[in-house]
Amino acid sequence: MIDWSGYITLILQGAFVTLELTIMASILAVIMAFVAGLSRVSKYFPIRALATAYIEFFRGTSVFVQLFWAYFVLPFAGIELTPLQAGVSALGLNAGAYGAEVVRGAIKAIGRDQREACVALNLSRSQAMRHVIIPQAIPLILPTFGNLAIELLKGTAVVSLISLSDLTFQAQVVRAQTGSTLVPFGTILLIYFLMALAISYGMRWIEGRATRGLDGMRT
Amino acid sequence: MPEPIIRIDNITKCYGPLTVLDGLSMNVLPGEKLALIGPSGSGKTTILRILMTLETISGGHIEVDGAQLFHMPGKDGLAPADERHLHRMREKIGMVFQHFNLFPHKCVLDNITLAPILTKAVPKAAAEKRALQLLDMVGLADKARSMPAQLSGGQKQRVAIARALALSPKIMLFDEITSALDPELVEEVLNVMRKLANETDMTMLLVTHEMGFAHDFADRVLFFDRGKIVEEGKPDEIFHSPKQERTQSFLRKIVAAGHRV
Repeated sequence: MIDWSGYITLILQGAFVTLELTIMASILAVIMAFVAGLSRVSKYFPIRALATAYIEFFRGTSVFVQLFWAYFVLPFAGIELTPLQAGVSALGLNAGAYGAEVVRGAIKAIGRDQREACVALNLSRSQAMRHVIIPQAIPLILPTFGNLAIELLKGTAVVSLISLSDLTFQAQVVRAQTGSTLVPFGTILLIYFLMALAISYGMRWIEGRATRGLDGMRT
Repeated sequence: MPEPIIRIDNITKCYGPLTVLDGLSMNVLPGEKLALIGPSGSGKTTILRILMTLETISGGHIEVDGAQLFHMPGKDGLAPADERHLHRMREKIGMVFQHFNLFPHKCVLDNITLAPILTKAVPKAAAEKRALQLLDMVGLADKARSMPAQLSGGQKQRVAIARALALSPKIMLFDEITSALDPELVEEVLNVMRKLANETDMTMLLVTHEMGFAHDFADRVLFFDRGKIVEEGKPDEIFHSPKQERTQSFLRKIVAAGHRV
């Protein structure tokens, strides 16, 4: 009889790595989404161009390739990354590129009327962004960010290819050692599902907080 | 005769091939209450938007309170105004919009205090005190903590007026401020306007379709059509004895639509 407790421990360790990756990459993604998204609406051409280049590159290439680049190719340029660092970077920058377009779209959706009110009240552009536009854009951004977070979670599986011991990697190890596919992969299926559910609930809670008092607001 | 506070000198405004204002000139004296009337597309709203720097001009000059609006002293003569110059000019001008444009995510009090705090470095307590005074003046002191979504159209517009007044502009622009309101809510806003006209010496420019109000409120009425001032004069002259055919025909249509003049 196979002693599953040791293998379950392995899988739980993998879950921890997956969680770590998801959280850190999400933070990077949110930062990049706002930086690049806001840069896309800047009045300075070089800033817009840089942001557009970043977004198009990371949306246009697969995260698989980006990850391999980060881990295997960058050392030739003198940048050595640990598997975890490479994973967080590739996943975060990739998700951030998608998030940037969400941010940009939401900002554009906050119509002309609000921006004109800011001009009439003599707010500077950055004051208008910070106090008026972005706070109204956030409820528009959150639902899609929730989706992106879940996709990020599932995308973390790609780090198993650079031997980072995430959930998928550990499941493969267990499968190799026990010959059973159902138990390890069934387990990680459940764990991924529960994590995704947690993200969904978390995002819904955040959305609730962000739209407090805004019953009349279009969303 | 005091110097005009607004001097519009031969301005043109084009949107691509469409010329909305063509060689328009007009002056406004300090403290004057002007009503701008005319059919849609006649350019009257465009003038307000230009004064509020929401639009630029394709030609001509505008002087506000002694300084050029869109030009500033440069190395040799006048250069196009930069953001800092526009920012300084905007301090003298406030605007109230047809659709109120309140900030939906902030309560009424915060709507009013935001700009003074951010642009005039007014401390929060002082800004709130003044905001409450203004709310009291427009009859909404009890709504200070309400959110805009909880207010009626007339209440929102009164908050918008208070918000613009919080910056103590010399010139206030009102762009069809009652046009988006249900009829029974129009009077409360007009009452605030009457109060402002009587109790302050602000220069006020009003684009309106409320002819009866324009007649009572304005020192001078300007009738616009197709980007030009067709006729101007005292309210009695314009509404009761218009000289130009186009003015007469416009007013006939307005009276036929049920507006009392």
